[in-house]
Amino acid sequence: MPGKLKVKIVAGRHLPVMDRASDLTDAFVEVKFGNTTFKTDVYLKSLNPQWNSEWFKFEVDDEDLQDEPLQITVLDHDTYSANDAIGKVYIDIDPLLYSEAATVISGWFPIYDTIHGIRGEINVVVKVDLFNDLNRFRQSSCGVKFFCTTSIPKCYRAVIIHGFVEELVVNEDPEYQWIDRIRTPRASNEARQRLISLMSGELQRKIGLKVLEMRGNAVVGYLQCFDLEGESGLVVRAIGTACTLDKLSSPAAFLPACNSPSKEMKEIPFNEDPNPNTHSSGPSTPLKNQTYSFSPSKSYSRQSSSSDTDLSLTPKTAPYPQGPRIYLCPSSPSLSCGSLHLKKSCLLLSESSLTPHHSSLVSPVLRKSVSFSEELFLAASGMGSGSAGKEGGPFKALLRQQTQSALEQREFPFFTLTAFPPGFLVHVGGVVSARSVKLLDRIHNPDEPETRDAWWAEIRQEIKSHAKALGCHAVVGYSESTSICEEVCILSASGTAAVLNPRFLQDGTVEGCLEQRLEENLPTRCGFCHIPYDELNMPFPAHLTYCYNCRKQKVPDVLFTTIDLPTDATVIGKGCLIQARLCRLKKKAQAEANATAISNLLPFMEYEVHTQLMNKLKLKGMNALFGLRIQITVGENMLMGLASATGVYLAALPTPGGIQIAGKTPNDGSYEQHISHMQKKINDTIAKNKELYEINPPEISEEIIGSPIPEPRQRSRLLRSQSESSDEVTELDLSHGKKDAFVLEIDDTDAMEDVHSLLTDVPPPSGFYSCNTEIMPGINNWTSEIQMFTSVRVIRLSSLNLTNQALNKNFNDLCENLLKSLYFKLRSMIPCCLCHVNFTVSLPEDELIQVTVTAVAITFDKNQALQTTKTPVEKSLQRASTDNEELLQFPLELCSDSLPSHPFPPAKAMTVEKASPVGDGNFRNRSAPPCANSTVGVVKMTPLSFIPGAKITKYLGIINMFFIRETTSLREEGGVSGFLHAFIAEVFAMVRAHVAALGGNAVVSYIMKQCVFMENPNKNQAQCLINVSGDAVVFVRESDLEVVSSQQPTTNCQSSCTEGEVTT
Amino acid sequence: MTSELDIFVGNTTLIDEDVYRLWLDGYSVTDAVALRVRSGILEQTGATAAVLQSDTMDHYRTFHMLERLLHAPPKLLHQLIFQIPPSRQALLIERYYAFDEAFVREVLGKKLSKGTKKDLDDISTKTGITLKSCRRQVVEEMRGSLVDNIQQHFLLSDRLARDYAAIVFFANNRFETGKKKLQYLSFGDFAFCAELMIQNWTLGAVDSQMDDMDMDLDKEFLQDLKELKVLVADKDLLDLHKSLVCTALRGKLGVFSEMEANFKNLSRGLVNVAAKLTHNKDVRDLFVDLVEKFVEPCRSDHWPLSDVRFFLNQYSASVHSLDGFRHQALWDRYMGTLRGCLLRLYHD
Repeated sequence: MPGKLKVKIVAGRHLPVMDRASDLTDAFVEVKFGNTTFKTDVYLKSLNPQWNSEWFKFEVDDEDLQDEPLQITVLDHDTYSANDAIGKVYIDIDPLLYSEAATVISGWFPIYDTIHGIRGEINVVVKVDLFNDLNRFRQSSCGVKFFCTTSIPKCYRAVIIHGFVEELVVNEDPEYQWIDRIRTPRASNEARQRLISLMSGELQRKIGLKVLEMRGNAVVGYLQCFDLEGESGLVVRAIGTACTLDKLSSPAAFLPACNSPSKEMKEIPFNEDPNPNTHSSGPSTPLKNQTYSFSPSKSYSRQSSSSDTDLSLTPKTAPYPQGPRIYLCPSSPSLSCGSLHLKKSCLLLSESSLTPHHSSLVSPVLRKSVSFSEELFLAASGMGSGSAGKEGGPFKALLRQQTQSALEQREFPFFTLTAFPPGFLVHVGGVVSARSVKLLDRIHNPDEPETRDAWWAEIRQEIKSHAKALGCHAVVGYSESTSICEEVCILSASGTAAVLNPRFLQDGTVEGCLEQRLEENLPTRCGFCHIPYDELNMPFPAHLTYCYNCRKQKVPDVLFTTIDLPTDATVIGKGCLIQARLCRLKKKAQAEANATAISNLLPFMEYEVHTQLMNKLKLKGMNALFGLRIQITVGENMLMGLASATGVYLAALPTPGGIQIAGKTPNDGSYEQHISHMQKKINDTIAKNKELYEINPPEISEEIIGSPIPEPRQRSRLLRSQSESSDEVTELDLSHGKKDAFVLEIDDTDAMEDVHSLLTDVPPPSGFYSCNTEIMPGINNWTSEIQMFTSVRVIRLSSLNLTNQALNKNFNDLCENLLKSLYFKLRSMIPCCLCHVNFTVSLPEDELIQVTVTAVAITFDKNQALQTTKTPVEKSLQRASTDNEELLQFPLELCSDSLPSHPFPPAKAMTVEKASPVGDGNFRNRSAPPCANSTVGVVKMTPLSFIPGAKITKYLGIINMFFIRETTSLREEGGVSGFLHAFIAEVFAMVRAHVAALGGNAVVSYIMKQCVFMENPNKNQAQCLINVSGDAVVFVRESDLEVVSSQQPTTNCQSSCTEGEVTT
Repeated sequence: MTSELDIFVGNTTLIDEDVYRLWLDGYSVTDAVALRVRSGILEQTGATAAVLQSDTMDHYRTFHMLERLLHAPPKLLHQLIFQIPPSRQALLIERYYAFDEAFVREVLGKKLSKGTKKDLDDISTKTGITLKSCRRQVVEEMRGSLVDNIQQHFLLSDRLARDYAAIVFFANNRFETGKKKLQYLSFGDFAFCAELMIQNWTLGAVDSQMDDMDMDLDKEFLQDLKELKVLVADKDLLDLHKSLVCTALRGKLGVFSEMEANFKNLSRGLVNVAAKLTHNKDVRDLFVDLVEKFVEPCRSDHWPLSDVRFFLNQYSASVHSLDGFRHQALWDRYMGTLRGCLLRLYHD
């Protein structure tokens, strides 16, 4: 009996009237856990019953504790007929299972009914007594902490980042079971809610076990999703990054997690982690081992270079897997094997078979994967590998060698994190993504979810090989998603290929000291931009220049990534949200034909989305995208593509070229005029955007730079060539209308439309900025005023004019209008930035498009903003000039024995602070109005991992909730808008109530993962499913902290206050 | 392309004060949008009409959902569905229960029966409903001091609560306020009088144990008022009273002669009003009587307000010097309130 769960039902309030005659209710409560049920007494005739029950005690396995939710049902007692249910509360008791989180769950919970919504509240107290279990073969994983946050949680320090964990469980969907025909909608909904709750509990437990196996103690960047596959079942899957975290005890130690690596290593033994010898011995005397590292360097470097070539030559070797994978080239859609599994991975269309000439004509981006059907979204690339680097080449090679060996032992060297401890990310290669179209079939045996596992394994394998081709051994910012329509399912995975510093990875054994030195050698501010692949064996023809920051290494001219902007990156000006939107009509078809049609369309869509992104990026005068997320949604008769990312100007990358418009018939005078008019408009827009986003990179003349640049920037600018285009292409005279990705050729109305659509994106009104990353580059003086919101829009397309253009326009207008509405609604918060803007598109029916947006608006202090806008430029100038000095200093430091890590890391720490709004003490909240406490404590919600102006002192556990709401009186509830508005408000309320009951006052990393809305206006019915998750936390205002810090431990004070408020 | 569904839900519920006012004033979404357009908001923000339409709809939907809670303001404080900062909650409630003076003046004293409810709808749906719900609940369920009650249960500001108390008090005692003679009086005048009467003439005023009886006039007190009749019935007393007042006011009053001439009439009027209050019907006519018996005569003689004040002060005070008169306390309780009321009522 490893655990005892204790529950007390205190009281209810605002109950609905269940007895029409007396206008009152005779309520009682059933408390159920597993198969055990307790009941309270009936409290007669009251809408505010006071049960004040005894403690109900459940003695259960910890396995059950993890899987099962506590189920509380409020009923109305009826002497003669069956008792009527008022509603239910499901409480996930997982947060009580690990020591550092909540100790008690106590508070008012909304009583929820899937038909009527929230009906009153109930006050419940829940406690768990856990007994120590020494059984090695236990099935539970109590004690493993889960975080939705995709960075190292603020009050922890990453000791080791172990890597990727994934799991999925499948079951039949109760909605599609035969019994559903005879049970009430309520019973069916509740069965579904309960099942999903159980499945996510089980999933979490299983992932926890994997983490324990890896000797980790936490999962960061935990992302759990549901696939409602309809007839074929229900899949709950999750991915995350296993870590060993160490709690930072004193609030003063909040500064960047890894000031001194050696210290960190020494501390490992203190961790619970029971494997003693991974790190402790070697690293503790780092410097003595230095010499050792040099001698083998030669051989290492040779090895590594060979492995490099290996990678870059992948097209030839193409060591493609084995196993059950079937490739289907778009050009040859015949299902050679008759299998139902259509496999198609794509990116920008580089299939040679499809467009034979493309390598010269089309996208610069694709090239290499010509030999096989897959292809990479290689938007960019990173830094010179060993050969490109001047000094430290051998080190780097060595470093790579080691990391590789460390990572290669892993099946999938993936990380779901999007932000990293300083020094973790060495180089970034570019975005890698893979998609695959599958036909769903019934899951026959829920205990063996092999098919789904195999599907994902294939995709991951592909991602891994794409990363290799980019000279990277790991993928960061990794995520997976699906889009399902009828029996067709598109599985997608994407991430950013990267080279990581092995210091944080577990398997490093020898290299402790070496890494330290290596780390110091790496230019930290621009290092991640440097290409990771070999310059001479590039995976694709890219346009490289020397880094504009350090002048030492090669950088690509455009960089696309799925991660957040590294905190130490130097950015010029501000960033902005960039979206590419695209629709493609598709014939209605069944099964395999349908899957084939979709497979054929995908590469075109990817290509166009990419082109659009690139064009818009240029139009903004920027050169890098962060947080890129491309969503492809499949519907009955169309495919939708929506890509969102945050564009920035990285100081390390070259100035982007403009956009050149070319006409096809150069002799036509009026046409020419028209073209030049357009060209002027585009140029004006670029100029305007540069001003708007304050992009004024320091003009450094080539002479000052002094280093040879293979492609004179001047020329490339003149030619307006896309940086990514190969050298050959740039040499060509573009005025003759040679196709280049960034020469827009207007040869028909379609192209005209494209150009127009480029120009229709209106910038946000003044005072507004938007981005889809955690932080807005260029703004770092947030105030504490935040407003998280969800906005949903559904439009019905008139079926008459369903052409691709009309669709595109409709979709574009939908998104633009939605944004405009948001700006209008939030105008009182100006100056303000919409952060973490997350768009989700779905196609619930033939002619319906649904767009859901969740984001947070944060006000910032304008005055400070004005001051700071200038600093990046100055800083970068400064940096450029001091860089050489710094580099010179390293050798000295290396010689001076025990000091090496100290002089540099503190400096780094400071820059981190400056660049990140998360940094401590960075902004003082003078204006922060204390949240006046009403009877209901305020709970903040934000999709970000931090709360501006506040410090997170405690993580209370993961919130993962799934709700279904159904109505048979749609009109009476205010139509679809009224229905959904009320439901979303209720979901927020339930999330807040759970957080408050845990003793928390905020949810961070909040995400609405699913919002599936179905309506049948003719029957006056609608149904909606919502899945949300986030991390419950306790935060303390920084202003408060300063006041109280000397007097008492604020954490306790704050949390007890919150609890007090909630329970009263 | 038509918008099927369009919603915005914030973790903190957004309240637009301007839209709230339009909603309270009973404008339809279309009208509200038109009014907002006219306010120049489009130019200020660069928004489009479609955006404004969507925004207005959204706010209206929110208010509609909030209305259920506004009917029982304490619920608004405890509910979990809408996270609204306290200051905003207060604003919502205050505005919701704020009323149009002209309207309330109309309703005042009418029994809110089925028939009038219909009339109310005609006058102003919104205010009608709020008034109804407020009155019903106060009358049916509440115990304790009227003003405190309203304040606690409806979380209204002090002033607004007092106004409501006045309305309830008037409605409960069915004071006649609709007569033509009384049309010149504003709601504020009545509310002022009501407050004085609640403070001094009700049961709750004398006995804190009985403070749930705030709404009814102290019956015993009304009975006792008959005793005052001696002031006018006993001719000696009346003469003495008159001479005391005249002596004190001689030279201080611009309208001395008129006062002297009218003294007996005025005094008779005031005392008779008191004596008659035992009957419900006469209670109802209190204001009519006061205006007829005192305000109008004085006004016809063009008494300035300051003179009225001097007179009433002296009139009440002099009674203390009447040795034969034994109901000093009773007189003070009556006259103290009446003096305040009369002064308030005395205007054009």
